[in-house]
Amino acid sequence: MTSGLWELVLRGIWTTVQLLVFSALLATAVSFVVGVARTHRLWIVRFLAGFYTEVFRGTSALVMIFWVFFVLPVAFGWQLVPMWAGTLALGLTYGAYGSEIVRGALNAVDPAQKEGGIALGFTPWQRLRLIVLPQAVPEMIPSFSNLLIELLKGTALVSVMGMGDLTFSAKLVRLALQQSAEIYTYVLLIYFVIAFLLTRVMRGLEKRLKAGVGTGPGAESAAREPKRAQSTGVGVGGGAA
Amino acid sequence: MNWDWNAVGDFMPDLWHGLLVTLQALALGSLLSFSLGLLWTLLMRAPSRWVRWPVGVVTEFVRNTPLLVQLFFLFYVLPEWGVTFSALSTGVFAIGLHYSTYTMQVYRAGIEAVPVGQWEAATALNLPRRRTWTAVILPQAIRRVIPALGNYVISMLKDTPLLMVITVLEMLGRARLFSQEHFQFTEPLTVIGVAFILISYLASLLLRALERRLVR
Repeated sequence: MTSGLWELVLRGIWTTVQLLVFSALLATAVSFVVGVARTHRLWIVRFLAGFYTEVFRGTSALVMIFWVFFVLPVAFGWQLVPMWAGTLALGLTYGAYGSEIVRGALNAVDPAQKEGGIALGFTPWQRLRLIVLPQAVPEMIPSFSNLLIELLKGTALVSVMGMGDLTFSAKLVRLALQQSAEIYTYVLLIYFVIAFLLTRVMRGLEKRLKAGVGTGPGAESAAREPKRAQSTGVGVGGGAA
Repeated sequence: MNWDWNAVGDFMPDLWHGLLVTLQALALGSLLSFSLGLLWTLLMRAPSRWVRWPVGVVTEFVRNTPLLVQLFFLFYVLPEWGVTFSALSTGVFAIGLHYSTYTMQVYRAGIEAVPVGQWEAATALNLPRRRTWTAVILPQAIRRVIPALGNYVISMLKDTPLLMVITVLEMLGRARLFSQEHFQFTEPLTVIGVAFILISYLASLLLRALERRLVR
């Protein structure tokens, strides 16, 4: 491979990383908003949040991407820049998976903690922000770490729309060289390295957040385990958790 | 926004053809991933680390890289090495291989959840190793993991549109073809989006019923 082709691959990596960061941010925001809404006391809010989750989890990410790229411009007159269209499709889809993680972790917090908050006269917002979330967030990290890897793999889908990400650069190199083995091996390795780095970062983050909770490692997690296994739903990546 | 019901009607025959291919790929891919996953799990329990280590590395690698790139790899690289399959077989193989790295973790958890007493009882009864696995451990383990495996079947369903990129005409492929021929993008893409939601929702209801029966 020539240096020109490598430059193409580097640019592809940069697009993939950008897309990953943007859609991860959107997905995180969506998962927290929808996940918290699913524990709301009004049934209509719970219903709408549940509906969102079912719809966006039910459809395929690639179909979603096609829809955002082809139907939105025609049907509603919104022509998005490819980067934002990709971010939107991936963020909304993976946010729906993430909302299940958030909901599961919120439900897994000991009810006595919330009752303590009520007894102390905290408002619902204060209870959420000061009591529930600080305990729930560290529990979410391993599942979110798996989901982030799924999202990284999902970013490859935008190449089907002709966006110049890492997978697309592989296609260009294949056309230039008329051979596939070398470039696709490199690209798979690059994805693997990115995934490995992400896992490391998330593990570090988990350690930091767990240190702030003040309970010993694994003291209560055994009791929470069955609940969480039940509520993390369909297809949330990696059965490792 | 203008919605044309005639286009929906015209697309229906294509939808059925596509659905058939999707379900075919799903069924074969599931079977492959269930059997390969079990194979990986058993290999990971092998006494020699010269078996465990390569299997662990390869499955970790396959799990952490995109299915789309793996599809391209199999579709373009295998012919260069002189191995040719049809597009659908390549797709089934890629999906089966990719998801076997997930199902292996499910099986592992299921096997680890079998109480130690069962192993001890098998030893006490002097059952041969093979019989311990086939008559005692696996029946209990697999019963426990069926709901989790079902979740991966639904995930696989949502990954079958990827086969479009290697020229398999499943639902999304049909929709794209139809919209390019008729210049109508809204209807076919929306119809298959709804179809996916319906199928995966029905499948998850089915799964929940199955889970209740098995847990009883």
